[in-house]
Amino acid sequence: MGTIQTNVTGDTGQELALVTAAREGDIQAFEQLIQKYDRNVFRIAQHITQNREDAEDVVQDAFLKAYQNLGKFQGNSKFYTWLVRIAVNEALMRLRKRKADKTVSMDEDVETEDGTMPREVADWSPNPEQLYGQSELGDILGKTIQGLPASFRTVFVLRDVEGLSTEETAEMLGLSVPAVKSRLLRARLQLRERLNRYFKKNKSGDNKQ
Amino acid sequence: MKCKEFLKELNDYLDGSLDPKLQAELQEHLHWCHNCYVVCNTTQKTIEIYRENKIYELPDELRSKLQTAILSKCKGTKPQS
Repeated sequence: MGTIQTNVTGDTGQELALVTAAREGDIQAFEQLIQKYDRNVFRIAQHITQNREDAEDVVQDAFLKAYQNLGKFQGNSKFYTWLVRIAVNEALMRLRKRKADKTVSMDEDVETEDGTMPREVADWSPNPEQLYGQSELGDILGKTIQGLPASFRTVFVLRDVEGLSTEETAEMLGLSVPAVKSRLLRARLQLRERLNRYFKKNKSGDNKQ
Repeated sequence: MKCKEFLKELNDYLDGSLDPKLQAELQEHLHWCHNCYVVCNTTQKTIEIYRENKIYELPDELRSKLQTAILSKCKGTKPQS
C-alpha cells in the first residue's frame, strides 16, 4: 500500500521573498499569501470550531496576527505551518469560549483502549462516494466528523486533510509525536466505524438502502 | 501477529512509514485475516474520501469579503520588528 502523505506547500524561495516584502509593509505581497492559504485556514478553522461564524473570525484574526507578527517569523519553519499554528490556537480559543461549560482539551478521551477495536467489520462498496451526490456526501462527511472529540478532529484535519507531517502536527499542538499518532489512529478508526452505515455493501449489491 | 498488534501499527502501515520487516509482517497478517484486511481497506478509503472530497470549502463571495476585511485591517497596522 502506497504512502498517503501529501505535501501542501512548495516554492519556499518565492514564498520567503513574499514574507520578506510583507514584513517591510508591502500589503500586496501579503495579499498573495492570503490568497494562497485562506482556503486552508478556513477549512481547518471550520473543522475545529464546527461553527461558520467562528471560522470566519479565525481566518481574519489569524491573518491579521500573522501580519503583525511577521517580524517574529524566523524562516526556519515554513510560513504555512507558522500560519496554521496561529490559526489552530485561535480556533481552539473560540471553541473553548463557546463551550464555556465544557473544557476542550487536547488530552480528552484518549487514555483508554476503547474506540480502537472495530465494533463492526463490513466491506464497503468499491466506490462508496459514488453512492451519493456531491452535496449529500458532503453532509455525510460533515456530520460524521462533527461527532468526534475536538482533539481527534484537529489532528485528523491537520494530518490527513491538509497533509502536514506528524512532527509538524505535534509541534503545532504542543503534543508529543506518540500522542499525535494515538489521536490520529482513534480519529481514523472512529470515522471509519461511523461511515460504515453509509458505505457498507448490501448483500444484494452495491446500492445504498 | 495478532489483530490487536496489527491495529497498533495500522497508522504507520497506511502512511508507509514502517520498516520493511514489520511492513512484511503486517502484509502477511492481511493475507489470512479478513477482518483486518477490511478494516485496513476501509480506513484507507476513509482517509481518501476526506482528502478528495474536501468539506468546508470557502465560498467565493465570502472569500472576497474576508480578504477585503483582512487587508483593510492590515493597512491600519504594521508588522512589528
